[in-house]
Amino acid sequence: MQMHSLAFDISHTLAGGLVLISFMMLYQDRLTSLLNVFALHALVLALSVAWQAYIQDAPHLYVTAVIALVFKALVIPVGLHRIVKRLGIHRDIESAVGIGPTMLAGMGLVALSMVLMLRVTADADPLAREDLAFALSVVLLGLLVMVTRRNAVSQVVGFMSLENGLVLAATGAKGMPLVVEISVAFSILIAFIVIGIFLFRIRERFDSVDVSALDDFRGERR
Amino acid sequence: MMSAVALQMVGVAGLLGLAVLAIVLSRSKFATAVIYGATMVICLAALAGALRWLLGGPVDATGLVLPVGLPWLGAHFRMDALAAFFLVVVNLGGAAASLYGLGYGRHESSPHRVLPFFPAFLAGMNLVVLADDAFSYLLCWEFMSLASWALVMAHHREAGNARAGYIYLVMASFGTLALLLAFGLLAGPAGDYGFAAIRNTPHTPNVAILVLILMLLGAGSKAGLLPLHVWLPLAHPAAPSHVSALMSGVMTKVAIYGFIRVVFDLLGQPTWPASVIVLGLGSITAVMGILYAMMESDLKRLLAYSTIENIGIIFVSLGLALAFQANGQKLPAALAFTAALFHVLNHSFFKSLLFFGAGALLTATGERDMDRLGGLIHRMPLTSFVVLIGCVAISALPPFNGFVSEWLIFQAVLQSPGLPQWALKIMVPAVGAMLALAAALAAACFVKMFGVTFLGRPRSPAAETAVEVDRYSLAAMSILAALCLLAGILPGPVMDALSPVAVEMTGGRLPVQAHAPWLSIVPISESRGSYNGLLVMVFIAISASLAVFFIHRFASHALRRGPAWGCGFPDSVPAAQYSGASFAQPIRRVFGTLLFNARDHVEMPAPGDTRPARLRIELHDLIWEWLYQPLAGAVGYAADRLNALQFLTIRRYLSLVFATLVTLLLVLAIWS
Repeated sequence: MQMHSLAFDISHTLAGGLVLISFMMLYQDRLTSLLNVFALHALVLALSVAWQAYIQDAPHLYVTAVIALVFKALVIPVGLHRIVKRLGIHRDIESAVGIGPTMLAGMGLVALSMVLMLRVTADADPLAREDLAFALSVVLLGLLVMVTRRNAVSQVVGFMSLENGLVLAATGAKGMPLVVEISVAFSILIAFIVIGIFLFRIRERFDSVDVSALDDFRGERR
Repeated sequence: MMSAVALQMVGVAGLLGLAVLAIVLSRSKFATAVIYGATMVICLAALAGALRWLLGGPVDATGLVLPVGLPWLGAHFRMDALAAFFLVVVNLGGAAASLYGLGYGRHESSPHRVLPFFPAFLAGMNLVVLADDAFSYLLCWEFMSLASWALVMAHHREAGNARAGYIYLVMASFGTLALLLAFGLLAGPAGDYGFAAIRNTPHTPNVAILVLILMLLGAGSKAGLLPLHVWLPLAHPAAPSHVSALMSGVMTKVAIYGFIRVVFDLLGQPTWPASVIVLGLGSITAVMGILYAMMESDLKRLLAYSTIENIGIIFVSLGLALAFQANGQKLPAALAFTAALFHVLNHSFFKSLLFFGAGALLTATGERDMDRLGGLIHRMPLTSFVVLIGCVAISALPPFNGFVSEWLIFQAVLQSPGLPQWALKIMVPAVGAMLALAAALAAACFVKMFGVTFLGRPRSPAAETAVEVDRYSLAAMSILAALCLLAGILPGPVMDALSPVAVEMTGGRLPVQAHAPWLSIVPISESRGSYNGLLVMVFIAISASLAVFFIHRFASHALRRGPAWGCGFPDSVPAAQYSGASFAQPIRRVFGTLLFNARDHVEMPAPGDTRPARLRIELHDLIWEWLYQPLAGAVGYAADRLNALQFLTIRRYLSLVFATLVTLLLVLAIWS
């Protein structure tokens, strides 16, 4: 049976690992550790994509894996580390929502995406099914990170882990052209640059990257 | 040799070019003459092309695909008999309005607000009629709506016009939404929006009824079907008078074209419950429209309400055609359909004529309120004569055209015992009675309009010093009046010209009227009824001449001037004359208490107070108060509540997106 082959198990493990690391992100309350976990997230993604490239025999996916490794696991975390240092917020502790409820919500989301994806894609390739279910979990968990954080930097991290989920989904399905992946990767990079610039602008103006400062500036209730 | 549709499109391109030219020329003093003159020439050419098609048989049925619009679809245009007939209506009205505009436009205070949109509006109406796929149809429909909206807003600083434009815009977008949904349903899951493809797709009865209702909402809101008419009496009078004539006389007909195109052509064989809806709505619209008109003292608003009545009559006739069609009775269906088209043509004649007349009064006196006019028959004899012809024609009196089309509709009503469904057997005579009521009220309404405006003594200095209007306006009105008479005394050729359209849409062919003796019309058979307009006119002429002769021969020749009986008033000032409101009072008593919540209040001053007693009439537009005001209130309330969403924090927005996503996924997980 193809279903229980080693190839399937390994890709399953890697995708599952990605979900696990997303969970790890949920309970990091320091920015530096959050960035480290994100680098790990991108590393596992790169491994997963490379494995897909190997079993699907699709050499262009190696390019995707390299992009993920270089940009997401190295360039962006290092850049964010430097930003955090320069902003002087590497010691900050932030938690908008308690860790317990966040983890519970995360589990609910994973359960939801499993139930949904396994039912919707009942007659698809089993490998793609599992992959899609994990990818949806990663996307939802990324959104959850964005929603539960107050700091702009951790919202950026949440956004990028969400994008990792998209890449996972794209590589799990066979025959995804490289153009799409490259364009997605570059759009993320540009978003990173733009958001970085904005962070400094916000910082200059308000002495903080806590987005609630923006709300205070707009004179609003929270 | 270009195909007929290509020639029409050249005309449309010419009109659009004129719109651009009007912008360039806007400050020139020749702009008015150049634009209206050129528009008239183009409209006459387009009219000739359409008439050639209608009278000379199909020239060629090829369509035209323009590489505009959606890239893989293009814009399809085609001409068939139905389109040709409505092109005749549009371009005849357009040519008459342009001729009128040559004179009327000289008094325009801001010509640069009218001139560019006038040819564009005509081009839009031509395009709607020619469109052969849903996308072009909707695009042209919106173009037409927006051009007419710009014309409504031409005098945007006058009181009430901005509100009229706003309500028109809201109703027009609502109507287009309904049309969009209707075409979406018609195209079905296959999604081919060409009319040819839609025509060949079978539609289930449920879809057919839904499309019919959506068309009644979409085309009905543009035509002025109750209860979607609210914008019409506001917007039509707000435009300059020749544009009012186009909107009332022609644009409502383009809406009817849309209804016919979808319901008779694209939808295939109708079912009889569809006709019940159309008949019911049409008859209520006819009676309510004319009752509203009866209560009105503003000339142009009165005419706009009377348009609603006529739209109701046309829809009743179309409903009859649907009822016969659903039962496979092709000949009565063709009769009812021909009657509807005949009334479309007639209404475009006399409603344009009457709006031109109202415009002439506006030019001469600056007044639209008929209670400030009066006695104008002495100062504007030619205008009053042609307006009288329009009033007689719209009141459906022989030998004019209004009588012929309403007579044909009643002939169709009399065919109703042949219908198998008892619901229709009972309903159609009742609808006929409603039509008779509407016709009688229309006569009363136009007696009021003509009497109060032209007879009696002037009620204001403006009416006292009025002078006859210019030659162009008079020429336009006279031509329309002559057409009213011609179509009335020679209905046979008109019916024969309409027969290709009836054959195309209903499959039934009426007897050829040219074969009937003495220019009579015999719609079904001699025993069922026939009418001879020429004979009636000759009879009226001879009997009237004889009466005049005998009176002058046997009565005294001497012209005597004596004191008129002043109805008990010692000092008969003009303000003590019978006014529009007093004329409408009996009808207000009968119908108004229930339908308008009308109350008369007499305000007596306290004893010793020298103020005069006052009679105040309280009228309510119940459709506005019970349907539109609650609706507007609900929308306003919801908007106020949702306004809070404008000022959330970034995290709350993110949470909203997140919650929406999770909710949708949950819905999918539970129901899939």
